[in-house]
Amino acid sequence: MLEVENINYSYSNKDVLKEVSFSLGEGEILFIIGPNGSGKTTLLKCLNGILKPKGAVFVEKIDLRKLSQKEIAKKFGYVPQRGEISFLTVFDAILLGRRPYIGWEASRRDIEIVEETIRMLKIEHLAFRMLNELSGGELQLVLIARAFAQEPKYLLLDEPTNNLDIRNQIEVMRIIKNVVKEKRISAIITMHDINLALNYAEKVLVLKDGKIFAFGGRESINEEVLSAVYGIRAEIVKYDGKILFVPEL
Amino acid sequence: MLVAGEYKRLLWKRISFGILLIFLLIFLSAVALGLGAYQMSVKELFNAILEGSPVLWNVRIPRIVSAIFVGASLAIAGAVMQCILKNPLASPFTLGISQGAAFGAAIAIVYLGAGQMHRIGENLTIFNPYLVPLFAFFGSLISAFVILAIAKLRDLTPEAIILAGVAMSALFQAGVMLIQYFATDVQVASIVFWTFGDVGRARWIEIYLIIATFLLCFTYFFYHRWDYNSLLAGDETAISLGVNPQRLRLEGMLLSSLLTAVCVSFTGIIGFIGLVSPHIVRLVIGGDYRFLIPTSAFVGAIILLASDTLGRLVISPVIIPVGIITSIIGAPMFIYLLLRGGRNVRG
Repeated sequence: MLEVENINYSYSNKDVLKEVSFSLGEGEILFIIGPNGSGKTTLLKCLNGILKPKGAVFVEKIDLRKLSQKEIAKKFGYVPQRGEISFLTVFDAILLGRRPYIGWEASRRDIEIVEETIRMLKIEHLAFRMLNELSGGELQLVLIARAFAQEPKYLLLDEPTNNLDIRNQIEVMRIIKNVVKEKRISAIITMHDINLALNYAEKVLVLKDGKIFAFGGRESINEEVLSAVYGIRAEIVKYDGKILFVPEL
Repeated sequence: MLVAGEYKRLLWKRISFGILLIFLLIFLSAVALGLGAYQMSVKELFNAILEGSPVLWNVRIPRIVSAIFVGASLAIAGAVMQCILKNPLASPFTLGISQGAAFGAAIAIVYLGAGQMHRIGENLTIFNPYLVPLFAFFGSLISAFVILAIAKLRDLTPEAIILAGVAMSALFQAGVMLIQYFATDVQVASIVFWTFGDVGRARWIEIYLIIATFLLCFTYFFYHRWDYNSLLAGDETAISLGVNPQRLRLEGMLLSSLLTAVCVSFTGIIGFIGLVSPHIVRLVIGGDYRFLIPTSAFVGAIILLASDTLGRLVISPVIIPVGIITSIIGAPMFIYLLLRGGRNVRG
C-alpha cells in the first residue's frame, strides 16, 4: 500500500505540485496523465526521494523520510525518460539494478536475477553489447530491465513507451502488466498516449497545473476530463472489447 | 545459464587484461632497473640488489617505485574525475588541479622555507615533507571547488568545464610566475626546476607518503566502484539505486585532489597520465569501474615508468624530466579525444 499525503514541490519559485494526495494498492497499475509541464515527472521523482517534497509518502505505513536511500531503493525501481549512454555492457547495466543489495561483490543470485530479467524481456542478443551501440528503443528496454532486476515493490516508469515503435510499445506494456500481476507489485506510469492508458490502467491520476484534476478507475478518463485538461474535443469509443480514444482533428 | 556463462567469460577477459598488465609492469621495472647511464646485466643486477648497491637503492629503485605510484595515482584520480564530472576530458592536469597544487607547493617552498636547492641544476631538497603537500592540497582544492561549483551551477558541456580548467591553470601559472618575479635567482631556478615533472627527485620518506596516500584513495575509490557505475547512469538513476551523488562527487573530488597534491609536491607537474590511462582501459575492456579503477592504475604506472625510462635513455647520461615526455605523448592523444567529440566517449 502506497499512500501519498499532501505533497507540495516547487522549483525555485515555481510551484510544480500542489497538495497531491492519493493511495495505491498492491498489484495495481496507476497511470499519471496530463499535459506537458503539469508535474507528472516531478510527482514520480517525489515518490522515491529523487526530489525531496514537502509532505509525506508512506509505504506499508512506513514514512519514507525515516528510511535511507538504499532502503528506499529496495522498494522503488525507477525508469527515467531518457537513459544516459556509457561504456558499460547491457549485462553490467542491468546488474546495477542489484546495487541496493550488493555488499562487496555481486552474488550468484544477483547474476541469476539479471539473467532471468534478460530472458523475460527477450534481449539475450543485446546482453554483451555496449550501451553506446544501442538504439533508443533497445536502451529503453535495458532501463526497464534494470528496474525489474531491482525487485521493487513499486515500479516508477517515466514515459516508458516514448522511444519505442508500436510493436515494442505493446510488448513493453504487456511485460509490465505481467510482472506486476506475477510478482504482486504495483506500477506507476506517466504517459502521453491516452489509448495505452485507457487499455492498461486500473487507476488513473489526471494532473493539471500540479494539482490532481481527477483520480479513480479508468473511467476517470472521459470526454469531459480530456476537454477540461487538454482543451481538446475527443470521443471515447468501444471497439471489439478495446477502448479507443478518438480525438477530433 | 547461457548468458551467465558468457558473462563469466567476459569477467575473465577483463581480469586477464589486468594480469597481463601486472606482468608488463614487472618486466618494465626490471628493464628500468638494468638500463641507464650505467648499464647492468641481469647477473650484475641481482648481485647489486643483494649487496645493497647505492646506485640501485638510492637512485634507480626509488625512481621506479615513485614512477609506478605516481602514475597509478594520477590515473585513478583521472578515472574518478571523469566519472563524477561526467566528463571524458577530466583529469588532474586538464582541470588545473595539478597547477593549483604546484602553486600551493611553491608558496610553501619559497615563503615558508620548506625546501631548498643546494646548487643550481641540482635537485631540490624538501625539508618538510608534510608542509609542502599540505599547501599543495590547499592549492588543488581551489581548482577542485571552482570546477565543482561550475559543474553544479550550470550543466556545462564537457568542453566548457575543460575551458574552466584552462582558465584555472593560467591563473595558477601566473601565480607561480609572480612568486618567481619576487624571488632570488636561486629560488627562481629551484622553482623552475621543480615545476618540470620528474619522478627522480622523491626520496624514500616522500615515496612512502605517496604510497600511503595512494592506498588510502585507492581503497576508497575501489570501495565505491558500484556507486561510480551507478553514477554513469545519471544522477537520478543513481539516487534511485540508493547512491548519494552529491556526497560521492564531493568526496571523490577531495580525495583525487589530495592524491594529485601529494604527487605534485614531490614530483612536480606530470600531465596527461590521468587523462589518457582510463581511456586506454575503456577501449580494451569497457568502462566498468569495478575493473577500470585497478586497471587504470596499472596502465598509468606502466606509461609513466616507460616514459621515464625513455627519458633516461634518449640522450643519456642527460635525463629528460618525465613531465616533458608525457606531455609530448599526451598532447596529441588529448586532441584526438577532443576531435572524437567529448560526449561520445563519456564515462
